[in-house]
Amino acid sequence: MIYLSLFLSFLKIGAFTFGGGYAMISLIRETVLANGWLTEEEIMNFIAVSESTPGPVAINMATFIGSSQGGILGSVCATLGVVLPSFIIILLIVMVMKNLMKYKGVQAFLSGVRPCVVALIIGTSVVLAKSTFFPSDSGSVVFNWRGAVILAAVAAAAFVYKKVKKKKISPIILILFSAVLGTVMF
Amino acid sequence: MKKEKNKYLDLFLSFLKIGAFTFGGGYAMIALLENEFVSKKGWIDKDEFLDIVAIAESTPGPIAINSATYIGYKVGGVLGSTLATLGVVLPSFAIIYAISLFFDAFLGFKVVKSAFKGIQACVIYLILSAGIKMFKGLKKDVFTVTVFAAALIAFVLLSLFSVSFSSIAFILLCGAAGIVFFLLCGKKKEEKK
Repeated sequence: MIYLSLFLSFLKIGAFTFGGGYAMISLIRETVLANGWLTEEEIMNFIAVSESTPGPVAINMATFIGSSQGGILGSVCATLGVVLPSFIIILLIVMVMKNLMKYKGVQAFLSGVRPCVVALIIGTSVVLAKSTFFPSDSGSVVFNWRGAVILAAVAAAAFVYKKVKKKKISPIILILFSAVLGTVMF
Repeated sequence: MKKEKNKYLDLFLSFLKIGAFTFGGGYAMIALLENEFVSKKGWIDKDEFLDIVAIAESTPGPIAINSATYIGYKVGGVLGSTLATLGVVLPSFAIIYAISLFFDAFLGFKVVKSAFKGIQACVIYLILSAGIKMFKGLKKDVFTVTVFAAALIAFVLLSLFSVSFSSIAFILLCGAAGIVFFLLCGKKKEEKK
């Protein structure tokens, strides 16, 4: 049953990702690919939409994937699933285990988890880059040079903006910029 | 009683507003939360807010939800945390659901399809730069860098050879490594102190 499967998948994602929305992407990608819900390309489209609309990226992704697989009820199940573990864990912490974070064992656990999460995020971008720039359509691997040029242009734009304006460029501007390049080049 | 009711409504509306106007996820939300609940309303003092952020970052789940649940509880108990969480989730849910209804049709246009091919390249950049930013924030001791490098190499290799190995397993293994390392080395350090 799709609703139960959406709910349980996102419950698992909500319960095991530390460090916010980006940290969730590797687990969401695995889950969605394993269930055959979306293709790699669709996942990236969903990430782009989730980044350029307001609200937590994790909620946006859950609602989007839920809706694509099971309509309104699907999106309710997925969103509820991703929210529940947070909600329960935080309530437990504020109500009964105020000092949980101060235990040495918990801190030691987190000291291993933190670098791991960063590795998963960077690793996911490498894996996505491989499947985007070297798509293996119909057996033979082709180099998607247009995509690589767009990536370089986006990185250059972000770099120049930071040097000139002294602050980080908004992801929405970068997404719009890459969309324009996409329409011109593809 | 009337005042109580207003507090709950106020809490719900504040989080609804924050959910509707922050782009880019939990970290972007932290500044807004501080402005709203520490500076403007004074419901939470500064030190406590820092505690809340630390806990929201180190517990599983979206940071936005963690902090909404926490702040909601501080202001109005279990009902408060329910309303705060609902408030921060609702705008996302409504906006994304509306988009998902016509997204496939939208992608049917050739020009949109091309645009998204460009956007996909951009998404790789966004994820990579988020990762690099988080890497800069890590402590650079031997243990942290070793775990980072080992996890990164293992993750990329396993993915490229399509070996399925869940991210959850990575997280749990690295957490276990943290505990083992602490038991082996951390204790000695403490004795020295």
